[in-house]
This record gives sequence, structure tokens and C-alpha cells, in this order.
Amino acid sequence: MLTREEISEIEVEAAHYPKREAVCIDALKIVQRRRGWVSDENLRDIAAHLGVSPTDLDSVATFYNLIFRRPVGRHVILVCDSVSCWIMGHERIRKQISQGLGIEFGETTPDNRFTLLPIVCLGCCDHAPAMMVDADLHGDLDPQEIDTRLEKYK
Amino acid sequence: MTVTAEKPLTRDMCPDGSALGLLAYEQAGGYQAIRRILKGGMTPQAVTNEVKEANLRGRGGAGFQTGLKWSFVPRGKDAPSPTYLVVNADEMEPGTFKDRLLLERNPHQLIEGAIVAGFAIEADVAYVFLRGEYSLAAERLSRAIAEAYERHYLGKDILGSGYALELHLHLSGGRYICGDETGLLNALEGKRANPRSKPPFPPVVGLFGKPTVVNNVETISCVPHIINNGAAWFRGLGRTNDAGTKLYGASGKVKRPGLWELPMGSTIREILEEHAGGMRDGVKFRGLLPGGSSTPFIVEEHLDTPMDFTSMPKVGSRLGTGTMIVLDDQTCPVGMTWNMMRFFGRESCGFCTPCWSGLGWAERILQSLEEGLGKPGDIEKLEFQTKMWGPGTTFCALAPGAADPLGTALKYFRDDFERHISEHRCAWR
Amino acid sequence: MATVYIDNKPFQMDPDQNLLHGCLSQGLKLPYFCWHPALGSVGACRQCAVKEFKDEHDEQGRIVMSCMTAAADGTRISIDDAEVAAFRAAIIEGLMLNHPHDCPVCDEGGECHLQDMTVMSGHDYRRYEFDKRTFRNQNLGPLVNHEMNRCIQCYRCVRYYRDYAGGRDLNAFASRDTVFFGRHEDGILENEFSGNLVEVCPTGVFTDKTLKRHYARKWDQQFAPSVCVHCALGCNTDAGERYGTLRRIVNRYNHQVNGYFLCDRGRFGYEFVNSRQRVLQPILDGQPVSAARARQHVSEKVAAGRAIGIGSPRASLEANFALRTLVSPEHFHTGMPDAEAGLVESMIAILRRGPMRTPTLREIEECDAVFILGEDITNVAPRMALSVRQAIRQQPMEIAKGLKIPLWLDHGVRDALQDARGPLFIATPYATRLDEAATAMFRGAPDDLARLGFAVAHALDPRAPSPGEFPLAGEIARALKAARKPLVIAGASCASNAVIEAAANVARAAQAKLAFIAPECNSVGAAIMGGRPLSAAFQAVREGRADTVIILENDLYRRAPAAEVDAFLNTAAHVIALDHLDTPTARKADLILPAGTFAESDGTFVSSEGRAQRFFQVFVPQNEVSASWRWLGPDCWHGLDDVLVAMSRALPCLAAVKNAAPSAAFRVAGAKIPRSPHRESGRTAALVNIDVSEPAPPSDPDSPLSFSMEGTPEQPPGALIPFFWAPGWNSIQAVNTYQKEVGGPLRGGDAGIRIIEPAPAGGQAYFSAIPAAFEPREGEWLLVPIHQIFGSDELSLAAPGIAELAAEPHVAVGSGAFADGEKVEVTCARDTFRIPVRIRPELPPGVAGLSAGLPPLTGVRLPEWGKIARSK
Repeated sequence: MLTREEISEIEVEAAHYPKREAVCIDALKIVQRRRGWVSDENLRDIAAHLGVSPTDLDSVATFYNLIFRRPVGRHVILVCDSVSCWIMGHERIRKQISQGLGIEFGETTPDNRFTLLPIVCLGCCDHAPAMMVDADLHGDLDPQEIDTRLEKYK
Repeated sequence: MTVTAEKPLTRDMCPDGSALGLLAYEQAGGYQAIRRILKGGMTPQAVTNEVKEANLRGRGGAGFQTGLKWSFVPRGKDAPSPTYLVVNADEMEPGTFKDRLLLERNPHQLIEGAIVAGFAIEADVAYVFLRGEYSLAAERLSRAIAEAYERHYLGKDILGSGYALELHLHLSGGRYICGDETGLLNALEGKRANPRSKPPFPPVVGLFGKPTVVNNVETISCVPHIINNGAAWFRGLGRTNDAGTKLYGASGKVKRPGLWELPMGSTIREILEEHAGGMRDGVKFRGLLPGGSSTPFIVEEHLDTPMDFTSMPKVGSRLGTGTMIVLDDQTCPVGMTWNMMRFFGRESCGFCTPCWSGLGWAERILQSLEEGLGKPGDIEKLEFQTKMWGPGTTFCALAPGAADPLGTALKYFRDDFERHISEHRCAWR
Repeated sequence: MATVYIDNKPFQMDPDQNLLHGCLSQGLKLPYFCWHPALGSVGACRQCAVKEFKDEHDEQGRIVMSCMTAAADGTRISIDDAEVAAFRAAIIEGLMLNHPHDCPVCDEGGECHLQDMTVMSGHDYRRYEFDKRTFRNQNLGPLVNHEMNRCIQCYRCVRYYRDYAGGRDLNAFASRDTVFFGRHEDGILENEFSGNLVEVCPTGVFTDKTLKRHYARKWDQQFAPSVCVHCALGCNTDAGERYGTLRRIVNRYNHQVNGYFLCDRGRFGYEFVNSRQRVLQPILDGQPVSAARARQHVSEKVAAGRAIGIGSPRASLEANFALRTLVSPEHFHTGMPDAEAGLVESMIAILRRGPMRTPTLREIEECDAVFILGEDITNVAPRMALSVRQAIRQQPMEIAKGLKIPLWLDHGVRDALQDARGPLFIATPYATRLDEAATAMFRGAPDDLARLGFAVAHALDPRAPSPGEFPLAGEIARALKAARKPLVIAGASCASNAVIEAAANVARAAQAKLAFIAPECNSVGAAIMGGRPLSAAFQAVREGRADTVIILENDLYRRAPAAEVDAFLNTAAHVIALDHLDTPTARKADLILPAGTFAESDGTFVSSEGRAQRFFQVFVPQNEVSASWRWLGPDCWHGLDDVLVAMSRALPCLAAVKNAAPSAAFRVAGAKIPRSPHRESGRTAALVNIDVSEPAPPSDPDSPLSFSMEGTPEQPPGALIPFFWAPGWNSIQAVNTYQKEVGGPLRGGDAGIRIIEPAPAGGQAYFSAIPAAFEPREGEWLLVPIHQIFGSDELSLAAPGIAELAAEPHVAVGSGAFADGEKVEVTCARDTFRIPVRIRPELPPGVAGLSAGLPPLTGVRLPEWGKIARSK
């Protein structure tokens, strides 16, 4: 079941488009923001609310990398793996995070604290290597201080 | 707005990194351009002509004449309605970080530009299509949009002129292909972002089937200044025939990676050596991608080329987004190419065969080279793939954008590729 | 026409088409995947690349996709250019990176477009050395099999299923080289046309699951051209057999009828032929007897002089005619209930008087405003619903034309049209599948539907009688009037002559085409042949005027309430039944004769369109099963042509039927037409004249087809195409080579002959018998039939796949009186049925729906007043 808040937020966005199905990406993101990810049940609820078929909505959902169709941890680490960051030492950063948390890309820590994902260039190339944790952009990463940067995400 | 320094886009930005607020923007002469057109009686045609006259070319990378694009929108009583303006703020080209600056630091400039552009094409609704990861930009832009509505710069009857424009912010669900203007339109319609057939072109059949203009953030940000200062002024800003200023950037192992608003046509050497401070100590320059990952490599001999739309093709490259990615001698060109092909392969929408199939293959070949598993013939296979990704052979520009860096990497750094095969290892690992 | 230079040779092409269409129409070999003549161009696979040159001096040229390039006058292209040929080979290589190369175990093998195109492109050596991606397959229900690892991402499936057929439960998931085509979760494909995926998919992702259960390669099957028996539209099919079992049905292209597509009932209903309920030998008084003994029994009973015959709307004209001849015309009864026969006769009379003409399915697709009166076409005549889905795109297409977007540029057109739809109005008692595409709906009892029709006619032409004000009538009338090609669809489902007459009035007033839907595959043929009413047969036995009844391919328990049929069959001293299945009627017969189905016999059906079409025997059964006309006809009938000649003499109104297909004497280049493809394993008759080591193939006195692979290599006329094959084209997409122009009529002529055309100068007066408005009754419900694509048709219900999908028999009522799923007792006439309730809120007050054709509700004459009571 979608919550009343979710529905009203979806409706606010839906008013921006001439067609109801156009809001489906916003709707998926609205639900995801509250629940961390979009479960099959959530997806069917959104589809029913928007009057689209679950198949059509899932087709859209699975296209976009920022829509999570599997559970994620409380915090999502998006490590930029594009070219500027790669030149500036992306691999070392990724290894450091992986070793520190014991997870590879696509995995979630057993305590459900972090999920680690690669991401396209975050537009932070002048401060490469970079990552995003939730909505926070972190640039000029140094393998030595990754742990410190992640500390505040409980 | 009177411009003393020739940095109209960035001049008024706060040095502390905060967003230029509404008041500060107005005090700096902001929202005068819309007053000029809405109260000064400029017609949409006149605005379009001014921008055409200014020779403003699309800053997203394609360099299409902005005024000309606007003029393709059908007008008059029988024209389809509504008309849409879409600001492409889906900055995802690897190595590119210019639009983020404009979005985060001067959102009202973008909004004013959108109103001017909207007026010019007689748009009813505008969307800013912002990449989902730009959360700070989203926050600042949302606030600026709300402020603009409060001041009646947006909404019905703007400044009492009778012109109405709704502007909405859409946050993307991700995927590089949304940066393609027609892929973006599908994404905005809530569909998979597969690019569309062209023709029909968006100014005729665009968002929701209606006439639509899609312009890049930097392009739109230039527009108020053209209205305020005139086409001749804007043309005069450029050093070459390509008008205006340009946000140039540099990343990689240079001394001062960063972003600078400079006259269009500044040379690569100037940007690299004067502004970026040259290479870091201990590393040597080998080449660079001048405008993001999908532009062809250039090398030492090309450094004196003006970074503009017209000059770069003469040295086999393109201006692209104007943000250069520098390759040094401590970095493996094969690894760098692999990284980029992995990116393109991952971001292929999966629609046309040469793209979805060829990019994945190239990525795996390059990985095997990096892992010392390369075989004779691999370079030829890669070269063949670049031919499969020519403009026209693929459906959109994504795979041709991969062919450019791969093809030129094979050309300029061929020895390195060959050594990976003959030595069964990557010498940089 | 445009002149297009291909490798410097001039070709004439249609400038309103793309180059791929033009090249294929010229017979040039250009491989392709994502393009389909019915689906248009999208430019996804990049397989059909050619090199285009600016002018004759341009030696460089540039690679373009032929499907995305207009065949403009003066265009210069090369197919043979080395660079573009290498490009095409490389595209195949790319498509095949992840393909499992499992052809030996793939059902598509040997008739695979991907195989054909791979050979055509010249790609032969695999250079990709890395892992392939793998997918989990889905269970899509009993009809269509899913094997995603074979997918080449051409997007045809979703374009067909969603864009063309209106399905909403199949789509593309994820992106890059891992796009998955399937459903949100495992489950039965919802769309009634899902089976076409089997032919639309260029490789083995979607295959025929019913074939899988008794698989045989295309080259090992024996085919014959056939006509679907599962509704009245007469879709053309090819039926394939091996070792005495029917293996599958595939589409037989008929430009005017079914085009490229069939419905799932038509494609998968065939398995009744292999059913365990089949009657395989004559049974006399419960004991198997020889054919000779059976024939002797029939002769004796007929000779006694008191025999009557009951024909059938699902038996061929020839079978009906044989019975009519045997018992004499005055003792021949039509096998339809009196009311139903009356409705079909009424339809025929209206269409013969004109001026309205009945459209082909193809013409329906070209109509631009549609009014459906009283028919749930998706469930009654499914293929027509697919045509109507194309018709509602006609008006919006004007937008694309205005924008000068080529109509073949599918995604461009769809981007411009968005979901704009042309006018479609549906007036039925209950909601139908097409409602989602409709402009407006009207729900009412049959009498009210008729009144709406009369009101629309009056709104169009004040000379037509008026039933008074009707809110929707004006809107419908305006839409029909504004249309270039309006269409009215009606039929027998409401069992209301008023509905049929109302539809005729609308069509006349709107100068529209008029499509009537008859109940069964040969209802129209049976009605044209005529006969005494079924009730007269009952009466003759009741009054002792007849003691022997011969029942042809007809289960009377589906025609009349059980008590009436029981009385009739019990009173008759001798009952002789011919049928395919062991029906309740057959079980009451003293003598049962094993009647050949469409697969074991030849004959002719007349479709709703009035098109007489021949079906041909697929194989010679190794038992006593034989065509009904062979069981019943006189000894002087040696073959089908003798029946047709006799029928033309006896019934001049059916004289044209013999021209529905060439006679048995017809030869192509002096040879018969082979039923088997070239490579049929282990079967050759090449030396049969000098060798005895193999049995000779059976001879076929009835048709110009041979029961072997020997015969002409030339392409036969449309009515005689057993399978589509051409050198290099092993898949069904070989149909391209049989068409004058790709997507156009068959080179040898489209099958069938129309025997109902409007009178040249004519036209009828408006009908004026307007029924009174429906009045609900206290304590009673008007029971109307609810048709189901899976279940309402008698024969296909014996196919396991269809039976699995058939709904439980139920009664549907509007909300209020009962709970959904609750068991109730439905009493009508003298029968009471204990069945569950389904709530359908849209049903008008006082009207309830009863599952049509599903046992045990088969004998109820609908509509009928009845009572519904809570089950005790």
C-alpha cells in the first residue's frame, strides 16, 4: 500500500505532466526515497495507482540505474568509476572501500549499513576521485581517510 | 546588465560557493533581459533572430546553432499546442562538470535564460531535466524556481505581459543516454530513454508529440546576456568565429584541475598550461580528450588549436563539452580506454546492435588486454568495431562517441596496445 | 513509381515505401530483423544496411539503413559493395555474441529467420571468445514457450505485442546487452494474439509450446493449406502433421483476410484433432464395425425411406451437401437452432440487397470510424479485434501525414501520434477487451442496443425511423459521418434480429461498410445451402413421420435444451451420428461414424465475409476416419470435384464455390504441389515405380496436392500453399517471396472467392421494427451469452492448452444481489445449473450473463429469462 504522503507527493508531480504515466519515474523515486528501494509489491501498487501495467512500469524501472529494484542498505555509496576519477585513482578508492566494508559493487554490508554501487561521472572531475554517499558529494578522496568520511553514516 | 569583465556566466557567482540569490542576481542586473523582451515589445521572432545573429552554438557538445533550432518550431495559429522547452541539465559526459557550476551557483541565470528561450519559441511549459545525482543543484534550483514564481517571473502573465510559462524541475532516474535529446524526451514522458527516430525532429514532434526545443544549461545561461548586450557583443567575446565565452575545464594529473570561463577559441595550450598550471610534477603529458569522453584524443602537436567548434575538427577532434581529460605518462592508455568502453557499454540503451553488442565486446577485449590475456588480432577487432560505430551505422551518437576515443587511442597509443599483447601484461600495473 | 538504382541497375519502387521494402519486393536478398511488413521500420538491428551514393560520380558512398531510408526517385544504392556487405556480416556476428548456438535442440531450427539471415549475410566464423549472458526463462502459460538466451534484441516481440496487438504484459527490461523481453513475473500471456510471437520472433525465444509437446521439424512435417474452424472469420492456416498426429497450425498469409496474424484460439485450438475423445472407427450398437458394415447400415436405414438428416454450421458445404443428397432436400434440416438460422439468413439477405458491402479483414483495418453493435468481438471473432485495433489508428495517421512523416517510420509515427485514437464505439451488454481503446461505450440489454442502433441511423438520416432520444447516438452519428471509411460491426451474439436490422440501418445511413459476424465457421455456408428448420426435425420424429436421424458433425445438446434433445434422440428409432469427437449426441447414436476433421478431409467453408474457402486434407489417417461427404455421398463421387460439380448443379447459388480453389486436375508446371518440404526425412517416392522397398505415398484424388515431397518447385496459387519456403528462406518469413509486393497480395492470388456481394442497383428500405425499451422483470434476469475466446468454441475446448485457459462456467451479474464467487442456482427453461457468480458491475439492471458454450450450459438458448437463487 502506498502511504497517503507518497500518494500526495506523486500527485503533486503528476500535475506537472499532461499524461499520467509520465510521472512514473518520479513516483518510483518518491517511493524509493521513503523505503530505500522499490519492491515488487511497491511496484505493483504504484502501477495500480497510475493505471499502468506492472510490466510496463517494471520495464521503465529496470532501465534506470537510480531506481533500486533490490534492497539496499541504509546508505548508498556511489563511487564514480568514470575516466577522470579512474585516472586519479578510482581503483584504490574502490578497493579501500571494499576492503573496509567487506563488500563489492552491487553488495550490501551484512549490518545493512552500506550498499556499494558504481556511478557515472559525478561532475566532480576537478576534485577526483569522487563518490556520493546518499545526497552528499565527496571529492578529493584519499584512501587513507575513506573510513573517516564514512564514519558519520550510521 | 553591464558587463565589465568578459565572464558573463560566472562573473557574479559568490566566491564562497553558495548560490547567487534572487536579490543578488537582480542587483547584478538579473531579470533585465526578460523585462527587455516582455516590456520592451520584442517579438519572439526578434529574440530568435538576435540569438541566431549572436551565433550561439549548443554548449552540450553538438554545437548546433541555437537560434536556428528555435526557428524550426512551428508558429502561428495553426501550430500545434502546447510547445515545450526542455533544459538539458543531465550532465553525465565523463570528465564534464561545467553545468553543475552554473546550476549550483547561478540558478536564476538559467531560469531567466529559460524564460527568454521559452518566449522565443512561444513555449507554454518548460522542464529542467536534471540528473538525479545533482542533489545540491536540485535543492538550489527548486528554491530559485519558487522564488521566480513568487516574483511573477514564472507562471501566468509574467510581469503583466500576458506571456505565461510554467517551469518544472524533473530529476532523472539515471542513465547517460538521457543526455541524448530524444532519449531525454522519452525519459521525461516516463518511458525507457531509447533515442527516437529523427526525423521527425523535436522542434516539430517532441515531448508528448508536441514541438519542443531541448537546450543545454550553458547554452540557456548565455541567452540573457545576449539579450542584454546584443548579438554583436556576444560575437565579440569569442576569439574566433565561434561566439561567446565558454566554460573550459581540465581534469586528470594537471596542477590545478578546474573550470574557467574564457573567450571561445582559447587554445588548448593556454587552457592546459596557463589555467590548469600544466602537468603535475613528475608526470608528462601524453594526450587529452578535449571535451569529455566521447571526443577523439589529441596529442602534443595539436595543443595550439583553438578550442572551438570550427577548429577542433581540423585536428580530428571536437570541442564537445570543452572540459578536457588529460592523459599522462604514468597512466595506461589501454586502461583508460577500457574504462571508457566499460562506461559506454554499461550506458548503451540496448536498442541498436552495433552499440549494445559491440561495446560490450570491445570492453571485454580491452579488459583482457589489461589482464595480460590479449591476443594478436585483438587490435584489429577493436579497430573494426570503431568502424561499426560510425554516424549513421548506429541509431544515435552514443556509440560514435565511443568510436572517437577508441579509434584515436589506437592511432596515437598503438605501441602501448601492442606491448600489452606481446608482453602479456600491462606495464603500468 | 520511383526509379532506384541498385548496383547501377534501375528498379521501379513505391516511393511511399522504404528501400528495404522495395528491395525485398524485387526479390533482392537483403537481411533484416527488426523490420516487419506489418510493424514498419524502427532501425534497431542495423542489419539491412546498404551503401547510398549521392550521384553516379560518388564512389565513396555512406552506409545507411535501407529500412530507414525512403525509396526516393533517383536514389542510388549498393547492396553488393564490399564494405557494406562486411558491415552486414559483422552485425550478424554482433547479434550472435550471446546467442547459444543451440539450433539442434531449438524448436526454431530449420525454420529460423536468424539462421537464414546468417547464411544470407555470409557470417560464418565466431570470433567472440568471452562469456555469454544468461537469463532465467519465464513460464508464459500453456501456449507460448520462452527461451530468452536465444534473444537478439530486435524488439519485434514488444512492438508486435504492445504496439500492434495492444498487450500490456510483455515488455523490455533492463538495458545494454542484457535486455530481457518478458513479463513482470511468470504468468500466462494475457493478450489473445500472443501466439503470433512465435512467428514474429526471428529466432527461438518465443516458440509454440503445443508443438513442443509433440515436436517435429518443419522439414519433417507434412502440411496442407487449411481454414480455421474455430470462428466464422475464415483465417487461412497451414496445418502440419507427422506420424498421424497434427503438430501445429501456422499462419497462411491471405492479404485480404488474416494477413500475418492469427488469434490464439485459431493457432492452438487444433489439438482437438489429436484428442482422446476422437472417434476413430465406426461403432454400431457399442461395437466397432468395419466401414463396409457401417455403410451398409446407413444404406439400409435410408432405403427404408423414413430417414431425415441434420446438417451442421461447423461441417463443410460438401459434407452438408452429401447429407442433403442422401436424405433428399425435403428431409434435410439445417443444423442451427431456428432462431440462429434466421439471424444468419437475415444477415445474408441484408448483404445481398446492399448497398452496404461486407468488408474483408484487411478493409476493416483501413476503416477510420468503427461502431460495434452487440458483439464482444475479441471473444467471438478474435482476429477482427486485431483489425479494429489497426482501424482506430487511421484517423490519427492524418497527423503523421500532415507532418510528412513516412507512415512506415513506425516510432516516428508513434511519437507524433502519442496515444491518439480514432473513433470506436462499442455497445454491448457487458464490458469488452476493446473498451480500453474505445471512444465511448454503451451498456444495455439487446433490445436497448438495437434501439441505440436505430437512433444512430436516425441521427444520420432523418428518413430512418427513430426510437426517440438517445444520448450517445448523436456523437456516434457525427463520428461515422465525418469518417472517410466508416464501419459497422454486428452479429448473432445478442440473438436479436433487431440488432442486426439496426446495424443495417446505421450502415445504410452512414454509407458504411457492414461486417456481420456469424456464429460458426460455416454458418453462412449452411444458411445459403438452406434446409428445413431444426425444430421441424424434432417435430417429424415426435409425430412419427421419421424414424431414422442422421446427424452430421453436430452436437445437438449445444443447439437445444437437454430435455428436448433427449426426447428427440430417445424417440428416434435409429440415430446415426458422424463426428470428430465423442460428443453427448454421438454417445446417444446407434451408429457413430468417424468424421474427418479439417486435417483429414477436404471441403469448403463460407466465412462471415461471404468468402468461400477450401481446406485440404493434411494427411491420410491410418484408421477409418474419413471425410463426412465420403461416408454419406453416392458411389459415383470419386473425388471432391465430383461433389462440387453435383453441388453446383443442385444449388446454383453455390455454383461459384467450386472456384474457391483450383480443381484436383490443376498442375503447376505439369506437377502436383508437394505437401512436404524438400528435406522430409526418410520419405521419398522417387523410385517407387520400380521398387517395392517402400510403400507408395498415398494418392490424392481430391486435390492438386501430393502426399510427399515430390512435385513442383514453383509457387502455387494462394489457395494451395501448404507451407512457405523459398531458397534461402526456411522460416515463415519466406512469405515475402510469395507476394507481388511485400505485405501485398499473394502472387498467385489471395485464397477464396466472395459469394455474397450487394445487388448492383439496389438497396433496401430502412428497417422499422424497433423493439420496445428493455424492462427488467421482478425476480427474473434476462440471461445473455458471455463469450470467451477460450471455452465458448466447441472443438477447441478439446485442445488441452485452450481447455487450461477456459474460464469456469459462471453467471455474471451486476453488483448488489450476490457476492463474487458465491454458488447459485440458475434456472432457465426447464434446466437448473449450480454455478458460481461473477460480479460484473457494468451489466445493466435486470440483465445477467451466462458463459456461452461451456458445459453444462451448452444447450441454453440465450437470451432467455431465468431465475438466480442462492444455493441451498
